[in-house]
This record gives sequence, structure tokens and C-alpha cells, in this order.
Amino acid sequence: MEPLLTVENLRIELTTRDGIAPVIDDLSFDLHAGETISFVGESGCGKSMTALGIMGLLPDKIGRIASGKIIFNGEDLTTTSEQRLREIRGNEISMIFQEPMTSLNPVYTVGEQIAEVLRAHQGLGKKAAWDSAVELLDAVRIPNAQRRVSDYPFQMSGGQRQRVMIAMALACEPKILIADEPTTALDVTVQAQIFDLLRDLSNQSGTAIIMITHDMGAVAEMAERMIVMYAGRNAEQGPVENIIDHPRHPYTKGLISCVPHIMAKLTKERHELTEVGGIVPSLSEFGQDKCLFASRCNMVTQKCLEKRPPEIEFKGGHRSACWFAEKV
Amino acid sequence: MSKSPIIPEEEIQKARHPMAEAAEMFAKNYAAVAALIVLLLIVLAAIFGPTLYPTDPFEMVWAPFSPPGEGGFLLGTDYLGRDLVAALLHGARVSIIIGLAAAFMSVFIGVTVGALAGFYRGWVEEVLMRITEFFQVLPTLLFSMVIVALFGASLPIITIAIGVVSWTAVARITRSEFLRIRELEYVMASRASGASNAKLMFKIILPNALPPIIVQAALMVGSAILFEAGLSFLGLTDPNVVSWGQVIGSNRQYILDASYTVTIPGLAIFVTVLCISLVGDGLNDALNPKLRQR
Amino acid sequence: MSKAEKSDVLLDVDNLTVRFAIKRGGWGKKSYLYAVDDISFEIKRGETLAIVGESGSGKTTTALAVARLVAAHQGTVALDGVDFLSLEEEALRLTRSKIQFIFQDPYSSLNPRLRAEKIVQEPLDSLNTVSEAERQPIVDDLFKAVGLHPEQQRLFPHQFSGGQRQRIGIARALSTQPDLIICDEPVSALDVAVQAQILNLLRKLQTDRGLTYLFISHDLGVVQHMCDSIAVMYMGKIVEHADRMSLFNNPLHPYTTALLSAVPSVDKKRRKATKRILIPGDPPDPLALPKGCRFANRCPVAQDQCLQSQPPLRQVAKGHKVACHLVTEKATSPMVGLKLPS
Repeated sequence: MEPLLTVENLRIELTTRDGIAPVIDDLSFDLHAGETISFVGESGCGKSMTALGIMGLLPDKIGRIASGKIIFNGEDLTTTSEQRLREIRGNEISMIFQEPMTSLNPVYTVGEQIAEVLRAHQGLGKKAAWDSAVELLDAVRIPNAQRRVSDYPFQMSGGQRQRVMIAMALACEPKILIADEPTTALDVTVQAQIFDLLRDLSNQSGTAIIMITHDMGAVAEMAERMIVMYAGRNAEQGPVENIIDHPRHPYTKGLISCVPHIMAKLTKERHELTEVGGIVPSLSEFGQDKCLFASRCNMVTQKCLEKRPPEIEFKGGHRSACWFAEKV
Repeated sequence: MSKSPIIPEEEIQKARHPMAEAAEMFAKNYAAVAALIVLLLIVLAAIFGPTLYPTDPFEMVWAPFSPPGEGGFLLGTDYLGRDLVAALLHGARVSIIIGLAAAFMSVFIGVTVGALAGFYRGWVEEVLMRITEFFQVLPTLLFSMVIVALFGASLPIITIAIGVVSWTAVARITRSEFLRIRELEYVMASRASGASNAKLMFKIILPNALPPIIVQAALMVGSAILFEAGLSFLGLTDPNVVSWGQVIGSNRQYILDASYTVTIPGLAIFVTVLCISLVGDGLNDALNPKLRQR
Repeated sequence: MSKAEKSDVLLDVDNLTVRFAIKRGGWGKKSYLYAVDDISFEIKRGETLAIVGESGSGKTTTALAVARLVAAHQGTVALDGVDFLSLEEEALRLTRSKIQFIFQDPYSSLNPRLRAEKIVQEPLDSLNTVSEAERQPIVDDLFKAVGLHPEQQRLFPHQFSGGQRQRIGIARALSTQPDLIICDEPVSALDVAVQAQILNLLRKLQTDRGLTYLFISHDLGVVQHMCDSIAVMYMGKIVEHADRMSLFNNPLHPYTTALLSAVPSVDKKRRKATKRILIPGDPPDPLALPKGCRFANRCPVAQDQCLQSQPPLRQVAKGHKVACHLVTEKATSPMVGLKLPS
């Protein structure tokens, strides 16, 4: 089956005070309809930048796509016009953000905001847009949608606001929904509701979801495939089950084992957590011809410092960019 | 598990005080640096000018209304034949002293009121902020005129009059900074380790609240100089002391015949106040951490 | 209280209530928001108690009230048998040094104008019980203990990364040799890889120095790893209080069960074994609390009596207390055998 979105050798450069840094360096992946793919990594590793690149929302004058392709439905988004991008944004690819408190305009009712999206992108009339807004609120399981549609954002809880954001993002039945840390600001019970909602919506409408997160548990629950990003590069990607069962990159291994997880049966003993020492390198080190994780890796050899590791393939489309992927 | 070093072997950066970084930022703002240089020249002129140029500004030295350059007098003479260079140099001292003293006074009152209100909240804040509002709605020029008229036109009274009407802005800024900073966790941490209220207020919160206050104080010096000029122009000034505003005030009837007698001191005020606000702007940018990032 | 007991229990909180006045309409019309409503718990010396709950549950307010950083409306907080809340002046100042705080946000918790060494030394300056000459060696030791280089003492907070700042915050908390350290979400603002470093450090310091922790968190994975016992709060009340093993392996309160089931996990076995229990709706308005159980409106097994009267926190097994009418004497959860809609 033809993938919905193909990203090929994408390179995004950011102009900083110390020169040009490749914040995304040679990233490739496919996304199929109805699939959920997850980007994982620490902050500053380029997860959100990938999303902005796909949306064509890179910061003006500072960020640009230097090379590579983003092919959506047979159309290369890196070369298409700004006009066309604007049509695609919100219509065929939409995005929800981390902070539901600030993503909604406080001076309009949620109904007005959802209806506005529908009128702008689908040319619906006032009445029709309003009715769809009510339906959408109902679809994202806001109780009493008929009445709540004329509420202002401040009258809603954090979880409800995030649902309104999802309703807005889904208003035009997008083919791809990008969710950038959609539940980080929310409580776990609310997070569970949102995940449940996203999963159902994806099953019903076949919308593909790109979920950006730092929580391995959330990845395991939500996604079929995952991409572990480190310092702008793909460290490891493949089916979630395979990676969690047997990570092939020391960074992925560290990310999984440094978090205390709740297990099926809790035992008395508690191991010391695995530490991934140090922090993500600064932008000025991005793009060097070596393994950027080497400074934090406990398997590091001379080779890692001299040459950037190639991606090594494992079964099921599992790829890892580590010289010693087989040994991990 | 291999015990990796907790901190990567990075070069230990040179420890720099946040204020040192602000100074560097300020140095990059050319307009502000130029203004600071001009300002320093003006201050030097005010300090050493009268000694180097001992002509008495009240003495009649030449024919009245001599235009600049005539008879060797660089800026000419006014309606009583007094030397305008002497007036400018001696006046600079008074204008700048009043500007600084009045600004200092309003910062002192404003910071005290704002700090108490912002730190203690409750009824203290209610009372102090009502008082602040009272002073804010007073017509400032009229009020200071009343003070000067009541207590006489001497330099200290004029300074007090200006200080009393202009502290409210500082009080409001200080209060809002205190309200913000007192809730920050490092203040909580100090409270949890038993710091006294005085220490919390003056050693922990105030230094962090200073940047906007410093900017406001700089601008206040400028507005105090203007205020003094305004009062002098209206004749509410010590007749035995020369200041820029007083020179303009006393020559105002002759503005059409000898415009230079008014424009030259006016220009002095304009340049000084402009430089002060440029410096204030530069300070604002340098001390604002949001602009300092990256 | 016998002598033996006294040395065993370090912190004994009784009937603690914290309320905030809320002005609502009209002149001087006040209503009160009970952020913490009549809760009691104790922590044994050298152990860690976690208070978990979601936003608005009152867990942070509890921590602040225990440290006397917000005023309690009622109740006692006894540290080593002495009621901390009734102390005044000098006695208060001296006792403050026995309870220290580690904050959530590594950015706002350090004074940006002080050098790192000064930040760590500041509590000693405020306390003024050790001579000035002795303070520097203490600071040196603390820097080593939290894994920072001595050269870094001269730096200012903005020159450190988030994890390093948190280490400075920990060193500061240790400087007065406290008995109790309150950790308010100490790792939730940090990147996952850095979290592990801080959690390991906290555990190591606990063993080395015999510290007692009151650990506030919303992250049940972290709590499970760090704590000996756990109190679950909902809307200002403790709904369940148990040791680590009982709480995670046999949660009794429907809210605890739902909370645990909501945590996403990488463990395939756990994902298969636990049916996610979605609790619908939102918590009640804290200014208009229901007269019955506060969780009743979202509880999948609520019955008439739950709407009528508030369940007291009662002991149902050794070291296991729960506030639910429906938990049987044999300590079985009312959720067991519940048919959930799929």
C-alpha cells in the first residue's frame, strides 16, 4: 500500500548565533493511513521541529528545509507554494499542542472557534458550521455538547479544553493529526480519556496520528511504530513491540530503563535506576560526523567518535543507527 | 552498571555575575553608549565648568541681547547682559542635582511603599495603595506649585515637591515585582530556612526586583529636570540660583527678539533628557532577561 | 505517647485543615475553599511517604502547610513530638531548619543573583548556629555529596542545566541537616534521562544520612520506586493510605484503582492484565462539595449510601486504610468482579 506520508532524507537547518545547525539531520520515515507513529526523545532532540517542518511552520528566516522530501499524497510539501500549504494545514494535516490553556482564544466561545475553522476551510454557512461544532464536541465526548458549545475556554477544565482542541483539529477530517505532547499538562486519568478518544477517532476515520512524547509508556499504549530521535537524528525506528522488547540502540535502552515503571506485580526489591549521564549536546555540536550520543554512551569506542553510524536493519522494518546495534 | 560521570567533563565556564552580562549587553547598544558619553560630558561640565569658567552668571558683563559670538561671548548675553555660557554651566549643576535628588527621593519613597505593600499584602497593601492612588490622581504641577508657594522657593523644597508627586510609578512597579517574586520558589526556600522578613524583603526579593526600578529611576531623573524647568519657567524657583529652566523663564518675554536666549538652555534640557531616556532604554534592554537569552 | 513510639515516628500530622478565603460577589462575602480537609498521617523516621493525587487534590498544599509555608486553619504537625505549628519566634526559626523543601521548578527555585555556593550557604546564614568559618567546609561537602564539581561553586544558576540546578536545590535543603525533607514533584520538570540521576541521588542520600522524605508526586511510577508508603488524595481528603506493596498490588479505593489503571505502561503483561477504568466527568466544584463521598459522582460502583454520607478513613488490613463505604472487612475492592463496558 502506498504510504500517506513519506519523509525522505529530510534535513532542516536552523540559523543560530554560532552558525547553521542541522536540527533535523537525514531523517526518513513512512506513515500509512490509520497508523499511529510516535516520536520519542528528550527535549532538544528535534521531535517538535519535525512536526513543524511537515506543517510548513518553521520559524521564519531562522529555520528552513535544506534538503530532502516530504511527500504527502503524491505531492512534495517542500516545494509546494505557501498558498497550497495553507490549504493543507488544518484541512488535511492538523496539529494539537501541549498547552490546552493557551492554545484557545479566550475571548471567543469554543463553538465560535470550531465553527470558524469549518467556515474557513470548508466554506460552510454559519448555521451549518455551528451545528457541526456541536456534533464535533459530542464526538470528543464533552457531555451536554448542545449547551457547552457556547462556553468560553475559561469555563472548561484542562481536559475539556484539550478535547476542544482535538475537535478543532478534526473539524475538517484531516488525513494526518500531529499531537505534540498532547497530554503532558494533564492528569493521568484525563490522559487516559484523551488516549482512548484519539484511538477511537483514528479507528473510525482512518486518520493517521503522529504523536510526539517523552513517555515510553504512552508510546507503548498508543503507537504501532516509533522513532527515537537523538540530537536531530534518527537513533532507532521500528515497531513499538520489537523496540521495547529488544532496543537496538543504547539511547533507547537508556530511555526505557531510566524510568521507574509500574509492573504487573510489584516486588519488594527496587533496583537503582539506570542513568543516562550528561545531557543532550548543544546545537553547535549537531551535524558532526560522529555518533552524537557517544559522549553519554557506556559502549562508546573510538569508531563512534570518528564516523557517523549507518542505519542497520533488523526484521520488521526495525532500524538502528549504532555501530554496535547487534550487540546491544 | 558502569558509573558514568554525573557531569560531563565540560570546561567550567567563567563565573559571571548576571550584572556583568547586562553590562556587556548594554555595551552593544551604540545609541545608549553614545548617550551615556554625552551625559558624562554634561555631568563633568556641571562639576568642573564653574571652576574653569568662573564668570558669575548673575553679573552683567556686556551689552544686553548680544548674539552668540559677539564680544567674545560664545553664546551671547541675555536681556540683562549676563553671560549665557556661565548661566548654562552653573545651571547644569542645579538642574542635575535637582534631577538626581528628586529621583532618589521618589525611588526611596516608592520602593519603601511598594515593598511593604507587595510583601505584607492584606490591609497594609490596601492602605498603602489607596495612598498611592491618592497621590497619583493629584494634578502634579498644581500640587507642587502649592508646596513651593507655601514653603518658599528654595532648592530643598523644590526637590521635595518634585519627589513627592512622582514616586507613585516606582511604588506600583515595586509592588508588582514583589507580588511576583514573593511567590517564587527560591523565596519559599529562604522562608523555609528561617530567613527574617527584613532579609527576605531587602536581601532576597529587592535585588531581583531592581531592574525595572533602575530603568524607572533613570527616566525619573529626566522628568525631574523637566519638572524643575517647568516650575522655574513659572517663576517658582529660588531667584538666587540659576538653573536652565530659570534662564528660559526669565528670558521668555524676549523670545521673538532674541530667540537664542531661550533656545540655547532649551536645547541643553532637550539633549540631557534625551540622553537620559536613551540610557534608560539601553538599561531596560540590558536588564531584561527575556531579551538576553541566546 | 511512649518513649519508643516517639523515636519511631518523626512526623505526625493530625486533623490538618487548610482553607483559602475566596471572595465571591458582593461586599465582604467570603466562602472558603478547603484545599486540605482534616487529614492525618504519620511518617516513620528514615522512611518515605508519598502523597499522590491529581491537580487540585491538595497534595502540594499539604506539603506547604507541613513546612508552615501556608497557614493551617486547624490541626497539628508534630515533628519529633513537638507541635511545629504552635511554635513562635526563635523556637520556630530553629525548628524550621529541621524541615526543608525541594521544589519542582529548577528554574525558579534558585535565586538568580547568587552564586551556587551562596545559595547552598544561605540557610546556614539565616539560621546562624554555626560559625562563619565552618560554613564553607559544609558547602564543600554538600557539593561533593550531590555530585557537583567544587569549581562549579562560583557559577550562577543560569550557567547550570536543569538537573544540575536540582542538585543545587538538594544541597541547599541538606545544608541545615534537616530530619525531614519535603520533595514537591522534584523530578517532574526534568527530562526523563535526568530524572533517573536525581531519583538515584535522593535514594542514596536517604540511606547515607538517614533522611525522612515526604514525597509529593503525580507520577505513580516514580512514587512506586521511591516510597515506603503512599497516601492517595482526592479533593482535599486522603482516600487511601497504605504501604507500597498493598497499595500497588491490592488497591482498594475505586479512585486508586482507576488512577493506577490509567498509567500507561511498557510492561506488556500489565497492559494485558489491567483493564483501563475510565472515570467519566470532572471532580466536583471545590466550593460546593457534595455531602457524601467526593468521588461518588465519578465512581463506577457508587451506591445510595455513598451520596448520603462521607466515608471515614478506616483501617481494613494491617497498614492499609481506606475511605470507602464499599470496601469489605476482608479488604477486597468493590471493583473486583465489576463488569466494565468495553
